[in-house]
Amino acid sequence: MKKGSWIQNYPKGLERLYKFAERVFLGLDGLWSGLGYDMSEKLIKPAEDLFKTVVFECNECGQCVLHYTGMTCPMNCPKQLRNGPCGGTRVNGHCEVEEDMECVWLNAFERSVKMPLYGEEIVNIEPIHNWIREGESAWINMLREKDGTYQDSTPEKLELADRELWE
Amino acid sequence: MIKNNEMIAGSNLEKVLRAGHFAVTGELGPPTNADKSIIDEKAEHLRGVVDAVNITDNQTAVVRMSSIAVAAMLIEKGLEPVVQMTARDRNRIAIQSDLLGAWALGAKNLLCLTGDHQIFGNHPEAKGVFDMDSIQMLAMMRDMHEKGIIQSGDDIDVPPTFFLGAAANPFAPPYEYRPYRLAKKIQAGAKFIQTQCIYNMPRFKEYMQRAGDMGLLDNVYVMGGVTPLKNVGMAKYMAKSVPGLDVPEEYIDRMRGATSGIPKENKKARRQALREEGIAICVETIQQLQEIPGMHGVHIMAIEWESAVPIIVEKAGLFPRPSV
Repeated sequence: MKKGSWIQNYPKGLERLYKFAERVFLGLDGLWSGLGYDMSEKLIKPAEDLFKTVVFECNECGQCVLHYTGMTCPMNCPKQLRNGPCGGTRVNGHCEVEEDMECVWLNAFERSVKMPLYGEEIVNIEPIHNWIREGESAWINMLREKDGTYQDSTPEKLELADRELWE
Repeated sequence: MIKNNEMIAGSNLEKVLRAGHFAVTGELGPPTNADKSIIDEKAEHLRGVVDAVNITDNQTAVVRMSSIAVAAMLIEKGLEPVVQMTARDRNRIAIQSDLLGAWALGAKNLLCLTGDHQIFGNHPEAKGVFDMDSIQMLAMMRDMHEKGIIQSGDDIDVPPTFFLGAAANPFAPPYEYRPYRLAKKIQAGAKFIQTQCIYNMPRFKEYMQRAGDMGLLDNVYVMGGVTPLKNVGMAKYMAKSVPGLDVPEEYIDRMRGATSGIPKENKKARRQALREEGIAICVETIQQLQEIPGMHGVHIMAIEWESAVPIIVEKAGLFPRPSV
C-alpha cells in the first residue's frame, strides 16, 4: 500500500502548483484580513482539507511543511517524524512499523531531489510541532506567521554548503 | 581534528575524547524487574574497561528499570553513565523534567534518541508519544545550555550542560540522505555520535568518506557501534529480522564455520567456539574502525553479554583505559 496519490509522483509539477497557489493566496491577503483570519479560516478550511486529504493524505497538523519535505506529508510516518527517517527503514524501502507502506521519508527524499524550487529545504531543522495548531488551517496560519500572531514554525537553516543532490 | 575543543560538561568521556584518545563506551541494559543486584553484577564487568556506560531507555520498547535511576546507581558506584533518553514515552514536559533531575543527580552525558516504535515491545497497545524527534531534543538541550531557555522559550536559571550525543545509522535507506541527517544532528548540538552496529564495513567507510567530504567530521566525535555475535541464530536474526541492521552473509558463514570439527554432542565446546568467533569478528571490526579517518572511539553493545566487553577491549589493545 502506498500513502498519498499518484499525483505525488510528479513533485516538480506539484511544487510549481504550490508556489502558484501560495502567490494567489498571499495576493488575496487584503480579502482574508478584511474578513478576519478566523472567518477566512472557516471559509477556506473545507477546501484545504479536501485537496490536501485527496492528494497528500493530510493529517491536519495545522503547520504544513509539505514543500519542505518533498511534497510528502511527514505526519503519515508512524513516529510523525518531521526531520528525516528513523534508523529502521527496511532494505526494500518500506516502513519498519507498517511493512506494506513505503517509508514516508524515503519518498520525501526521492521526490525532493526532483524539486528545483524547494527541494533542498528538506535538510533544514524543523522545530518541535505546536499541537495547538492541530486542526487549524495551515494556509491561514501562514498569514498569521507573516503578521507575527504566530511565530513557531520557522525551520532552522542548515549551515552547510554542500547541497550537491539538489542542484 | 576537532576544531572546537572547549570542554562542556567535563565528563570522563568528554575528557577522553578531547584528549585525542580512542574512546570506549559500553552498554548496560537495565533489568526487566526491580532487582538492583543485576545492575551491580553487570556494572562490575564494565568497571575500568570502558570510559562511560550507556544506560538504555526501555530499549526495543520493553519495560525496564528507568535509565536515569540506573545512571544514578552507577554514579554511586563510581562508574560514568551516558543517559539515553528517547522521545517515545515522554512529551516535552516530562523529557525536560527528567533531564533536569538527571543532571542534578550527576549525569553528564546524554544520548538523545527518537526511540524504537512501541509496536516492537511488550506493550504494543501503548500510545506512542513522539512529541519531538531526536534532532528536536538535541536542539532543545542545546538551547537550554546556550540560550538559557527551556523549550517554551522561558528562561532557566541553572540549565543542565550535558555532553550531548546522538545516534546515526548509515545502514538504512535512503542512504544518500543519511549524511544530511547527521549534519542536522551536529548542528542541533550533538558533540558525539554512536553509530548503529557496524558489520557492513564498505558501506560504513563510504558513509564516513561522504561525511568527511561534507566537512561534518570537524565538529563531532564519531564512535563506531559494534555488537559481538553470540551464535548463528543471533547472526541470522540480526540479518533478517532487525530493520536497519546490515549483517553481510560472510559473517553468518563465519559463525557457522566456527563449530566445524567439534562433535555435536560437545555442546559446551561448540558454544565456546561460537562465542570466541563472535568476539574475534568484533575485535577485527574495532581494529578496522581505528584506521578510518574521523573515528574517535568504539561503542560496544554486548547485548545481555556484558562479560564479553573486558575481553573485547583487551584483545583490541584498548586496555588499560586512559585516566584523564
